[in-house]
Amino acid sequence: MRGVVAYLWLIPLLPLLAAGAIAVLRQPQRALAARLAIGSLGGSLGVSLIAFFSTLGAAGPGEAERVYLNFPWFELGGATVRLGWVLDPLAAAMAVMVSLVSLLIFIYSVGYMAHDENFTRFFGFLALFAAAMLGLVIANSLLLLFICWELVGLASYLLIGFWYHKPSAAAAAKKAFITTRVGDLGFLLGLVWLYAETGTLLCYDGGNGCLEQSALAGLVTQTTVAGLGVSTAIGLLIFCGAVGKSGQVPLHVWLPDAMEGPTPVSALIHAATMVAAGVFLVARVYPLMDADAANLPGLSTALAVVAWVGVVTAVFAACIAVAQTDIKRILAYSTVSQLGFMMLGLGVGGVAVGMFHLLTHACFKALLFLGAGSVIHGVHDEQDIRRMGGLRRPMPITFATYAVGMMALAGVPVFFSGFWSKDEILHAAHGWTVSQAPFYLGLLGALLTAFYMTRQVCYVFFGPNRGGQAAATGVHAAADAPRATDSTATNHGRSPHESPPVMTWPLLVLAGLAVAVGFVGTPAWPWLPAYLEGQGATFAWGKLFAWGTLGTMLLSTVVAGVGIGVGWWLYGRRPIERAADPDALERWRPEVFGLLRAKFHVDEFYEATFIRWHGRWAAGCAWVDRWVWGGMVLGVGLVAQGLAWLSRWFDEYVVNLGFDAACERLTQGGGWTARLQDGQTQNYLKVLGVALAVLLLLLTWGGSS
Amino acid sequence: MLAWTIYLSFLGAGALTLLPKENARAARWVALAVAGAGAVVALVGAAAYPAGSGLVTVVRQSWVPALGIEYYLAVDGISLTLVVLTGLAAVSGILFSWNVDQRPKEFFAFYLTLIGGVYGVFLSFDLFLLFVFYEIAIIPKYFLIAIWGSTRKEYGAMKLALYSFVGSALVLIGVVAAFIVARTHTGVASFDLEALAAVPFPVQFQCWAFPLVFIGFAILAGLWPFHTWAPTGHVAAPTAASMLLAGVVMKLGAYGALRVAMVLFPAGLHFWQREVALLAVIGIVYGALVALVQKDFKFVIGYSSVSHMGFVLLGLATLNEIGVSGAVLQMFSHGIIAGLLFGVVGRMVYDRTHTRELSQLELMNLSRGLPFAAVTFVVAGVASMGLPGFSGFVAELQVLIGAWGAFPGFALGAGLGILLGVAYLLRTLQRAFFADAPVSSRLPKAAPAEFEPISMPERIGAVLLVGATLAVGLYPRLLLDLIVPSVVPLVQGLQKGAL
Repeated sequence: MRGVVAYLWLIPLLPLLAAGAIAVLRQPQRALAARLAIGSLGGSLGVSLIAFFSTLGAAGPGEAERVYLNFPWFELGGATVRLGWVLDPLAAAMAVMVSLVSLLIFIYSVGYMAHDENFTRFFGFLALFAAAMLGLVIANSLLLLFICWELVGLASYLLIGFWYHKPSAAAAAKKAFITTRVGDLGFLLGLVWLYAETGTLLCYDGGNGCLEQSALAGLVTQTTVAGLGVSTAIGLLIFCGAVGKSGQVPLHVWLPDAMEGPTPVSALIHAATMVAAGVFLVARVYPLMDADAANLPGLSTALAVVAWVGVVTAVFAACIAVAQTDIKRILAYSTVSQLGFMMLGLGVGGVAVGMFHLLTHACFKALLFLGAGSVIHGVHDEQDIRRMGGLRRPMPITFATYAVGMMALAGVPVFFSGFWSKDEILHAAHGWTVSQAPFYLGLLGALLTAFYMTRQVCYVFFGPNRGGQAAATGVHAAADAPRATDSTATNHGRSPHESPPVMTWPLLVLAGLAVAVGFVGTPAWPWLPAYLEGQGATFAWGKLFAWGTLGTMLLSTVVAGVGIGVGWWLYGRRPIERAADPDALERWRPEVFGLLRAKFHVDEFYEATFIRWHGRWAAGCAWVDRWVWGGMVLGVGLVAQGLAWLSRWFDEYVVNLGFDAACERLTQGGGWTARLQDGQTQNYLKVLGVALAVLLLLLTWGGSS
Repeated sequence: MLAWTIYLSFLGAGALTLLPKENARAARWVALAVAGAGAVVALVGAAAYPAGSGLVTVVRQSWVPALGIEYYLAVDGISLTLVVLTGLAAVSGILFSWNVDQRPKEFFAFYLTLIGGVYGVFLSFDLFLLFVFYEIAIIPKYFLIAIWGSTRKEYGAMKLALYSFVGSALVLIGVVAAFIVARTHTGVASFDLEALAAVPFPVQFQCWAFPLVFIGFAILAGLWPFHTWAPTGHVAAPTAASMLLAGVVMKLGAYGALRVAMVLFPAGLHFWQREVALLAVIGIVYGALVALVQKDFKFVIGYSSVSHMGFVLLGLATLNEIGVSGAVLQMFSHGIIAGLLFGVVGRMVYDRTHTRELSQLELMNLSRGLPFAAVTFVVAGVASMGLPGFSGFVAELQVLIGAWGAFPGFALGAGLGILLGVAYLLRTLQRAFFADAPVSSRLPKAAPAEFEPISMPERIGAVLLVGATLAVGLYPRLLLDLIVPSVVPLVQGLQKGAL
């Protein structure tokens, strides 16, 4: 294990190098791009498996063994910021899952994207995504985790908007990025706070890491606003990031829209791996989340919040999924709902419970998405389930594998993985001492899951083929219509067909996994939970029949049965004949169906509140900038100009005029005096004579007196 | 040796005026050679600077002995970082103005004069000398905008010049007052920054002198609400000038605020700390919000500069090592990234499309017409959003951590600014480049316009800047090893002085 950790960086590095290499390829070098991406992922899978096997022997009593390797990155103030890799069961299991699922989806993409002009770029982005995701998984530093977290978000943005010429895809990409960044803001502030308190962001560092006892003990003793412990407050801030990335209520709105991306992207990023990163994050910082309740493990305030957010999301999204008609959107809401289940599992049962469902879900949800992709491919880019129908005959492999995925998701007992992992969650919820409500809500969620999956399968694979028909002209049908503009025009006369082997083989492998993975975590042989917690597992049939376990199992079996039964009764028994026919539920309760169909109007609510407020704020600030600050500057300028004009006027009319007037007087005076000297001798003599006469007169008068 | 960055630029400017009038080619090459030589000197100087060796004197000559004025150039890690930034910005700015054919030799002469002044400010450790260089840097800016600009260029140039001179006037009053107070206190007449920093100015005096000098400098750093020169100035300026304006000239203000206002008057900073931080955070959020609703491509970037420079000012106001070193790194980071963004907008897009209206650009299918510009803008935008891997992340993270220590509420506001940054950049990015007239759109589908292909100088310039931000983002020690050893004693001095 110690030897392996030194090479752990190879896991993300190989795809990163592939991404770099693909970036400099030219558009026509398609095969090389695909080979590079798939080959690098194969390498990553190999290293992940070696790492995984090296952790197997290490299971001992108590906490899981963990090795890590830290290295300095840069100086921050007086301290050094370090990053690092960690190898523990959590990282190893996740790395194997991510690289395996990614590899299968890469292979599938070769077929799915075969006709796309930007095939090379697609594989470049995929490889970039895989690198960031794998980096996230093995990060031993919350800072490194955050870095990869952001890069994963960037790759997701690029891939959702891959067909950016569709306005809906461009909008969805933007929405996804911004919505998740809202959560990331909380995450970042949580990290900043954590760093301010503990002085490190390394998870494990020989007793000095931020998830280790000494740091946590310090955090627990302090309280912040409203009596909240600092550890709880930081935990909740970090959880904000998970809420954004994992599409939990109230930040779930981006995930269904993200289905605008190519289907392999939906399968890889928006079902199996990236959206599960939020769950993984909570599992990674579990010691922090749990720190508040050292005496009562699993009962901290932070975990209670996680559990409640999870269960509300699980039911909320399942309700919406019931009324959707886009094959991928149903799966998207289902993903949101299942992520809620995982959060519930983490909140009430701990790391192992949540992670078990994460791993099984990754297999069967990737399978379902790839199956949906195969269907979409087979019916020529149609996504509306009302315009499908009867596909089980032309697409037998897709149908069979899809059915496996559907049963795993619906929780059909014993043979399917979803049953075991969901059962663990319900069992843990049942044993939660805080409240029983999550347990019952969880059962409701499971019921709805079985129901909507049955509805979907009936619509897609049973009944007559309704391809090429116009769909219902319901209130909301118009919103869905533009997405399929190409297909309605071109579909006539083209019959559905099965997908090529490069696409069906990954389906078969994933179907196998969707069955098999469940058996590593049954109550009789709880190997996976024990592995994650660093304990040995023993095989015991008896545990299967312990009362609490068996009771929950029976209950969830009944719930799944009812869901499937009602679904079959409403949709399978008498499948709709024409695409325009109303939905069975719609006939029954149009207003309820309408509300679910409209996704509880959350988007409209955000549109009417935050986005509008935001726009107003921005417009307000722009106005202030233009008229107030700009106005002030302009005002100052105008005043200065006014003063200048005033001065000019004064200068011109007062000073100047005065000057001119004075000058004129002067000239006038000059003129007068000039007359005295006009050079005419007669005048001089005249004046002289007059003056002489006056003088004489004066003298004579003066002399006489 | 570093003094040659200044001399080379001025000599280059002088040499350009001697060139024949019509030879644009020669003018460009001379300018590039001079700026390149300056950048090489800066880089070599930075590499040769032994980390943590404090202030290293470059030149020290008596100049006006009666007033204690010296010709005193010196460097520490902070000024070296900015000298390197200036070198990179100068070279890329010339590469992005390769197509200037209106009076090229005057253009590049003004350009190099500006660069010389900027180098001078960053290297001066005599307050009077610093002020002289500061004024030298302001004048060419006016001409660059007023002669070679666009969109209300006289207005923009005049606004910028007036703001700059008001700022200078405030600074001058404060500096002279500090000189006189210091002389009456210590009996020694000196403009030496270190000597002045050691003078314990009376707290009363600091409380009014600090805002005077700080605001005087920070006007040029885009401090809200004295920022309005920035967007109009950036928009009016020709590409290279807006790159320099955002890339280095705004840094002059921030640098002066740190080096003069804060270092001379630490108690004043302490007194006004909260107000400064508040203005900085308002600037961050406000700039981002305004950027969100702009219709002109270049205005978006102009306001984003206001927002990003808010991080610099917030980092400075934290008065702790992490915040201040984050602020210095952010100066570098923003200089590179904003330069790149302006380069794409002004040179790659505007010079070809002749419009900056986003509603016009939407119709042009630019991601296909100018793929290199689109990719560069995506990279620059991602860097500007503060995504990890680029220098902005490390810088803004440090500012946030520093701000959290000083004022947690303001850190939240700054975080909000980052979020808004994502929103306006994505909006701009998609509208400007990726709004391919879609099938269902009612917009008339424009014929894919033929644009002159992106030239080699543009490519080199873009690669240079992307490389710089990536290198610092991935391996921040490149700069932090320079910055931190200089920031730590400086901040400790400030903290001591504040008590």
